[in-house]
Amino acid sequence: MWLLLPGFYLENLTQSIQMSIPTELKYTKDHEWMKMEGEVAVVGITDFAQGELGDIVYIEVNTVGETVKAGEVFGTVEAVKTTSDLFMPVDGEVLEFNRDLDKHPDWVNSEPYGKGWIVKVRVASGQADLLSSAEYGALIGK
Amino acid sequence: MDLKRTALYSLHQQLGAKIVPFAGYEMPLRYTSDVEEHNVVRQGVGVFDVSHMGEFRVSGSQALALLQRVTSNDVAKLIDGKVQYSCLPNAQGGIVDDLLVYRLAEDEYYVVVNASNIDKDWNWISQHNSMGATLRNESDQTSLFAVQGPQALPTLQKLTDLPLADMEYYSFKIGQLAGVEQIIVSATGYTGAGGFEVYVPNQHAETVWKAIFAAGAAFGIKPVGLAARDTLRMEMGYCLYGNDIDDTTSPLEAGLGWITKFSKDFINAEGLKKQKEAGLNRALVGFLMVERGIPRSHYEIWDANQQVVGHVTSGTQSPTLGQGIGLGYVPTALAKPGTELFINIRQKPIKAQVVKLPFVKK
Repeated sequence: MWLLLPGFYLENLTQSIQMSIPTELKYTKDHEWMKMEGEVAVVGITDFAQGELGDIVYIEVNTVGETVKAGEVFGTVEAVKTTSDLFMPVDGEVLEFNRDLDKHPDWVNSEPYGKGWIVKVRVASGQADLLSSAEYGALIGK
Repeated sequence: MDLKRTALYSLHQQLGAKIVPFAGYEMPLRYTSDVEEHNVVRQGVGVFDVSHMGEFRVSGSQALALLQRVTSNDVAKLIDGKVQYSCLPNAQGGIVDDLLVYRLAEDEYYVVVNASNIDKDWNWISQHNSMGATLRNESDQTSLFAVQGPQALPTLQKLTDLPLADMEYYSFKIGQLAGVEQIIVSATGYTGAGGFEVYVPNQHAETVWKAIFAAGAAFGIKPVGLAARDTLRMEMGYCLYGNDIDDTTSPLEAGLGWITKFSKDFINAEGLKKQKEAGLNRALVGFLMVERGIPRSHYEIWDANQQVVGHVTSGTQSPTLGQGIGLGYVPTALAKPGTELFINIRQKPIKAQVVKLPFVKK
């Protein structure tokens, strides 16, 4: 996920805020996480990302049923103060969008690795270039 | 450029604020949640550290003459204890800054300007001070706390004998607050939620801040960041310099005709008068999203034929309405409340409607 921030929003990434980076997940440099469940990957945004965005108003995903390449946009997060695109961690078909988020977008803030998951993806064959939790932690300066 | 810090920077850090660069200062963006902080101000009481704002003292027998020359509103209408919203027109039809003017005495005024414009305003006012008023920039010595919301009055009243309940909007009093003398308590704000702005010398900033939080504890007082300050002012349709008004926007087109008084002379009064007589080409309007979508600064405004008719200058989700709201300039023919507009959100026309401001009634 790429933080598209207006002028007054330039983020200071050196903050020391408590946040979690579960070791069992893989990460993108754009702040998505991915968890493999068999051939299906569950994808969401990281705790760091939700903290940067602030209160999330809705998630828009119009790519269910489509095959999207790694690094391409599969949806958008709208927070009160800013908006951000969502990027695919791997090549694959978007199978399902978490429709519970239509009613509970705040779950992405409160449980980014749990009830706040965003899409499920059938992963295409090939190598995914993802970060470990330690590498992601280093990226965001934790 | 090195960023400046307000006197209470480390206190904000201890409170867990997310700090961001804003207008040359490291400022608290949020402490917990933008929506929670917004609602605290609408329903209870919240405190903003807005010490980045600039304060100039203008005094001497020529103070009034200088302020009449550089500001658009009629400073002669002010009496001691009253505040006036105004702007500094430039010579090209735009706005140098918007500001508050306080009359402390017949020959002494206090001028409060945007942080991002302190140097620009200082140079601009000094440059036009051919009459020889005395100017003092007190910005670096002055802290400013905006104590806003329906419970601001009972909170602050615990700390002072000044009769705050009697104060009209846009008036101020000077006296003791939290044991500190010579505090300016001003019935002003940028939220539409009621409350006060308190000007404090930096050396007493921490004492006063802590006293306000102790007094407000019973009302659930909370610190509030710049993110909620922006959503609160947006709901009122208040202009933000740098977004909705700037060096190129006319005060008349921005809806600031009510602070542009042609009964007196000021910089570019002639030019603005001509513009008024000729009729305005465009106007700053508020629009409410009819369909789901959140307008953001610089998004295109489309008419029904998907022609670009303007750009969004400010936009956000309104926490109170639960809908997207925005401000932007459109041709005057499209400025009437009820007019249907479309906002280009990711290349899709999302329906909006021009509405009368404020978005949220006070």
